[in-house]
Amino acid sequence: MATVRIPPVLRQQTGGQPEVEADGSNVGEVLRALTAAHPDTESQLFGEDGDLNRYVNVYLNDEDVRVLDGLDTAVSDGDTVVILPAMAGGS
Amino acid sequence: MATTETKRQVEEIEPFEAAREIEGGDVVLIDTREPHEYQEAHLENGKLVPPGLLADEVAAAAPDKSARTILYCRSGNRSYKAAEQLQALGYEDVASVAGGILAWQEQGLPVISAEGLTAEQRDRYSRHTLLPEVGVDGQLKLLNAKVLLLGAGGLGAPTALYLAAAGIGTLGLVDDDVVDASNLQRQVIHNTERIGEPKTSSARKTIEALNPDVNVVEHNLRLDAGNILELIEDYDVIVDGADNFPTRYLLNDASVRLRKPVVSASILSFDGQISTFVPFEGPCYRCLYPTPPPAELAPSCSANGVLGVMAGTMGTLQANEVIKLVLGVGEPLIGRLLLYEALGTRFTELKVRRDPDCPICGENAPEIADEDLGKFPDYELFCAG
Repeated sequence: MATVRIPPVLRQQTGGQPEVEADGSNVGEVLRALTAAHPDTESQLFGEDGDLNRYVNVYLNDEDVRVLDGLDTAVSDGDTVVILPAMAGGS
Repeated sequence: MATTETKRQVEEIEPFEAAREIEGGDVVLIDTREPHEYQEAHLENGKLVPPGLLADEVAAAAPDKSARTILYCRSGNRSYKAAEQLQALGYEDVASVAGGILAWQEQGLPVISAEGLTAEQRDRYSRHTLLPEVGVDGQLKLLNAKVLLLGAGGLGAPTALYLAAAGIGTLGLVDDDVVDASNLQRQVIHNTERIGEPKTSSARKTIEALNPDVNVVEHNLRLDAGNILELIEDYDVIVDGADNFPTRYLLNDASVRLRKPVVSASILSFDGQISTFVPFEGPCYRCLYPTPPPAELAPSCSANGVLGVMAGTMGTLQANEVIKLVLGVGEPLIGRLLLYEALGTRFTELKVRRDPDCPICGENAPEIADEDLGKFPDYELFCAG
């Protein structure tokens, strides 16, 4: 079981939860488990082609999955998956 | 151990000899005086280890006992004694400067002195100059630094206050907005009397009252591809507290072009992010975020709540990054993204790598016309900013 950290812009879709537990052997499966439990997150994470949207950064623990194996990156029990869209607020 | 062991004499060297060795490098230079003496004048790269703290602090200043270690004090007595102590501690190659810093100065050799600071400045910045990492020379760097703040709002307000207090010599403020009552929950540089006043002039008044050393330059305008290069060219460090994506990408593209470091933070509700982008030394904003999000994931496009004190936390973290960049000390957040979540009081650090295919700082990045800086093909569809 991995912990998925939900950014503020997606928390409405997870019922306000900042962290969600999700099962899966790789990052893609973990995120799919998240979208299965909270369907409103799906369109914001994945494009119609099934790939992760380019504007969403995903980290396994502290490393960007783009420099690992992307959605195929293996996830172990107790890992943290961080979903991180860019934020522009400054004022 | 034999009790007849002869006490080793301390090698004394003339200031000009010491200067030659220091010039050649690979020398640890230790100042064995008190902090107030050090503050008045010291040798460049001299590390302050007061005599009373020698046993406790010398290991940090001079970790390698086999390295050439030169000590000096005011006139040569305290450093001689300290050198004896170091030899007893196992330091193998120690020397004391004969006649100390007085003789050094008599020989016309350079020192870092408090002379660049006025009496008022010596007082005002004394808590900085007492820090070996800052010192008088560091304070002079701060006083000579030019820092541009994008936005005099939630992030810009606390950042500007602390940079002004720290004695950053020139603070440029870019903002085309006026103070609104709803700003005052977090934009602590403004106040109730200034509602309706341009933010740049309100901020200027607060900064000038706080520290007359700071030259405030008001840029009461909105950044665009036509003015950004000229605007940022004169500054040493840029602080990004912009409230929209187009400005963030525009600043990134222009700052990479001109090789200006950018301290970038953003805030939303209880969450903040911060990183420091130093062009070609670490990743740029586009390496981190190749594409801006659509409107529903970019709440800067519409009104959203933000915890005022969290903006303060992120703004002061930005000021901290700026000061480290100016001083050249510590470890700025280059290649690191720090997340702060105020509800859980939790910091998370993520790695950010340079993207070899980055359209702006990658190896094969195309040349971009000035008017195309910050552009995205269909960005306007996503978010009007």
